[in-house]
Amino acid sequence: MNMPVAKSDISASIPSAPTSAVAKIVPLPLRQTAMNTRLRATFVKVVSAVLPPLIMTILLLTAWQLLCMRPGATLPTPTKIWTEAYDLIVDPFFVAGPQDIGLGWRVLVSLQRVAIGYGLAAVFGIALGTLIGQSVWAMRGLDPIFQVLRTISPLAWLPISLAAFRDSQPSAIFVIFITSVWPIIINTAVGIRNIPQDYRNVAAVLRLNHFEFFWKIMIPSAAPYIFTGLRIGIGLSWLAIVAAEMLTGGVGIGFFIWDAWNSSRLPDIFIALAYIGIVGFVLDRIVAGVASIVTRGTSAN
Amino acid sequence: MTSYCKIDHVDKIYTRGSTETCVLKDITLDIEKGEYVSIIGHSGCGKSTLLNIVAGLTDATTGGVILEGKHVDEPGPDRAVVFQNHSLLPWLTVYDNVRLAVDKVFGGKKSRAERDAWTLHNLNLTQMTHAKDKRPSEISGGMKQRVGLARALAMEPKILLLDEPFGALDALTRAHLQDTVMGLHQKLGNTVMMITHDVDEAVLLSDRIIMMTNGPAAQIGEVLTVPIARPRKRLELVTDPAFLKCRQRVLEFLYERHRFVEAA
Repeated sequence: MNMPVAKSDISASIPSAPTSAVAKIVPLPLRQTAMNTRLRATFVKVVSAVLPPLIMTILLLTAWQLLCMRPGATLPTPTKIWTEAYDLIVDPFFVAGPQDIGLGWRVLVSLQRVAIGYGLAAVFGIALGTLIGQSVWAMRGLDPIFQVLRTISPLAWLPISLAAFRDSQPSAIFVIFITSVWPIIINTAVGIRNIPQDYRNVAAVLRLNHFEFFWKIMIPSAAPYIFTGLRIGIGLSWLAIVAAEMLTGGVGIGFFIWDAWNSSRLPDIFIALAYIGIVGFVLDRIVAGVASIVTRGTSAN
Repeated sequence: MTSYCKIDHVDKIYTRGSTETCVLKDITLDIEKGEYVSIIGHSGCGKSTLLNIVAGLTDATTGGVILEGKHVDEPGPDRAVVFQNHSLLPWLTVYDNVRLAVDKVFGGKKSRAERDAWTLHNLNLTQMTHAKDKRPSEISGGMKQRVGLARALAMEPKILLLDEPFGALDALTRAHLQDTVMGLHQKLGNTVMMITHDVDEAVLLSDRIIMMTNGPAAQIGEVLTVPIARPRKRLELVTDPAFLKCRQRVLEFLYERHRFVEAA
């Protein structure tokens, strides 16, 4: 009587008694194996995560299409963008000439600048934040200054850095650095200051030296704060690089937008915007992912 | 003849601006090797301050603590503390929390394998080997306190300082842990100083109970020696006249002569 039901489909069925002339279809209840419940759960999860944003995207694109189809519309419709910027969309990594390269390459150039600027900001910011967090006087003296400096727009730093470095490449990197360093310093300092007295007592009883205290107590304890700073920092760097490149020129994605505007290639700009948005999102997810691995346990307390 | 651990005329005065608050006044106490001493008193009477002074986490204003002939002026693993809120490092596993202490205290004296064995041995003493790879957030409050105890024992302290170690636990878990501590004290012969506000706990575990008067300027009001032979059995003690008498003495001290007026 044990009919093995191998199919995972819910409509799995077998013909019943062969005696009757017309075969009657009798649906059998699906056997709930661990495998197909898990598969279904995953499927439902993926669909519920992907479907709503997909539907909204389609709706928004349709609305855009309808709005810009009117005669006299100033912006191109999605279909027009698709046809006119087709080569940019399908191949991010083409090379047709020194200034005619795919958006993928341009994004990589921008990312390289961000990597250097942000990397310096992370190292410098965590180091300075650690120092400030440990000293009440450094905090009192420097915190108000940082709070003022961090509100300055990235672009406002550009003329100063151009004057100082006399070259566009280090200037762009400096702008990234100066934009992303403040939240890293401030959050690290707060994290260090908020190390619970309990952990300090444990360190004191164990007689941990300064080096051990730094690596075994301070950094893990402040890690959630540090990563908050790093996450804000990466977002700001990506915002700043586009603006900086528009002014400094070169190969990056920011300059591409400016160039496209000057040569009236509006569809290209939309494609570049999509690239910037997606890359920014991915950068944020990467830092968030690293944070959740590193701060496992710490934030659960 | 000097005692094993001597708390010698300790005063503690906190100064904030121009106001001075005297927390402890003229505390003198001798603790013998292997003795289990409890300090009991109402909240805010400075018993935790006293423990912190012995631990070296707080400085005495005048007077001091001498442990095995040596003046105590900073915290150290020879005076391991089990904190009330366990104070385990949440990013380390149970094993690593104990191992951190073992590595620090025995780093130069024991080999890697010996330190591993010693860590496991101490986890085994407090029956926590089964959870050695878990993180503190994954285990219960009683288990955390067991790990804290294992960490303190692993330092092989000259005196073990327990700061209301069972305060945050439910009654059943507390009884369980008290039995564990009692068993370990019997087995290892540690010198223990425990802060508590639970009368039954003090009588059950201690050789001597130090009763503190209410602050400010708390003093030792009375010292009671508990004349009950070890090993002690929780169930038998309930009807033991000596136990009941001790219990009554402490209760009288706390609720008649030194009633905590502010809480009333």
